[in-house]
Amino acid sequence: MTINAARLLRDSDVVFVGVGLPNLACNLARHTHTPNLMMIYEAGVIGAQPARLPLSIGDPTLVSGALAVCSMYDIFAFYLQRGNVDVGFLGGAQIDRFGNINATVIGDYDHPKVRLPGSGGSMEIAAWANRCYILTPHQKRRFPEKVDFRTSAGFLNGKTERDAAQLRGRGPQAVVTDLGILEPDETGELVLTALHPGKTLTQAQENTGWALRSAPEIKVTEPPSAEELHILRTELDPTGIYLKGGG
Amino acid sequence: MTGKLISLQEAIAQQVRDGDTLYLAGFTHLIPFAAGHEIIRQKRKNLTLARATPDLVYDQMVAAGCASKVIFSYMGNPGVGSLRVVRTALEAGQLEWEEYSHFGMISRLQAGATGLPFMPMNPTAAGDLERSNPLYRTVTDPYSGQPVVVVPALKPDVAIVHVQRADTQGNAQIWGIIGEQKEAAFAAERVILTAEEIVDEAVIRSDPNRTLIPGFVVDAVCHVPYAAHPSYTQGYYDRDNAFYLEWDRTSASPDATQAYLDEWVYGVPDRQAYWEKLGPEVHARLQVASRLSLPADYGEY
Repeated sequence: MTINAARLLRDSDVVFVGVGLPNLACNLARHTHTPNLMMIYEAGVIGAQPARLPLSIGDPTLVSGALAVCSMYDIFAFYLQRGNVDVGFLGGAQIDRFGNINATVIGDYDHPKVRLPGSGGSMEIAAWANRCYILTPHQKRRFPEKVDFRTSAGFLNGKTERDAAQLRGRGPQAVVTDLGILEPDETGELVLTALHPGKTLTQAQENTGWALRSAPEIKVTEPPSAEELHILRTELDPTGIYLKGGG
Repeated sequence: MTGKLISLQEAIAQQVRDGDTLYLAGFTHLIPFAAGHEIIRQKRKNLTLARATPDLVYDQMVAAGCASKVIFSYMGNPGVGSLRVVRTALEAGQLEWEEYSHFGMISRLQAGATGLPFMPMNPTAAGDLERSNPLYRTVTDPYSGQPVVVVPALKPDVAIVHVQRADTQGNAQIWGIIGEQKEAAFAAERVILTAEEIVDEAVIRSDPNRTLIPGFVVDAVCHVPYAAHPSYTQGYYDRDNAFYLEWDRTSASPDATQAYLDEWVYGVPDRQAYWEKLGPEVHARLQVASRLSLPADYGEY
């Protein structure tokens, strides 16, 4: 999952890095095929070159050796809102058929059954980053037909609706799971376009809350290379704190 | 010259009142834990606690019964998971809340700090948070006719800011992640600073670009080394990630949480005693090697 997310990044990208696995994916990409990746952290750090993998997105290692540090208002206004961010990574408790994300609440907002952390930066990242990628384990409860609460916008109720909203970003471009990769079709509906080696379409369908369709030809993702695994396991996450739950 | 220099106990006693809206500033960095603990010890009640990320400091203050409301944009333990005490209180309906995205929250402070009534933002089309919080409004841009989303100014009664160094008048310098300290200080009615070091005014004047907060908006200056632990102070000591992970276990049990408060908050008189109690092993673990910036030449004119 992390490795496949890392592979989606391009060398010239300016990426808004989030906590957890996206953090790991971006740092892996920087150590492999995108040495010039410009990593921006919502804490207000531009061009970070962390010497260790930060647990939080406000770690001091992000600052030492960075190109610039600015306030939180500046990072969201000058960088994200102004349109200077190519890629945003998102995650959440629920992702629906049109790539809308819930990171706020399960159940009723005013009487929460499960209260989640909330938006953080994701509401604006989903709207204004040019491309968004979503990383999540592939489980039925995480892929409902419709999210309980729309914390951040995917394609709303379909691509034409997002187009009408005239958001700057193009919306979610891929959802990477532990089974494969989903991508939006021309209507904005997420369809299965790739499976990891050994995984099946049936598995993906059984773990999705809507009738998951697949692309005419399903690709198989490249297995992790020795180099990618080595960097992940020995350099970036030697104690397994990020990857302990799979990923 | 002592200027505004007083003890943290005095500063909290003088400046923080029951029912106040507080903003303890700092995005992951420089979180004023020592001030939070002193507020708990002085048993303030019915506070509205505003922070983009409530973090462990508000989890602890809510656990101690100081708060009746939280205002936030990300209610999690960064990189670890849930903020269990606040979350449990919200789920049980025992705590009021008001919620924004980070940009919405920080825009509120920006409006408060700059004397504006509200701040506009481009729409995000997500919709649900705006529908859930009536303080989010959509208005028409008078120039283009397009909709913009607005949030009202946030003007806390008290902002508390921890800094690397300040003089006794409260002229304060911060480096590293500068989150929303400046905005919180300018937005608030009253400002308490805690500082790792109290320095001569000449030190501040040697590097004026590094001064984020001018002394004339500051009401109290407190010399409190290690005030940010388990958060950190760039260049002084590291973030105690082990503590953040351990809090996830501690805060899972109300008894363990109260035992923590008894031992580490009520059980110590001040931050110096707290730091000594952490012991040499923790001190060594959080030590950081030096990495100096090159001096900037301001020129003699």
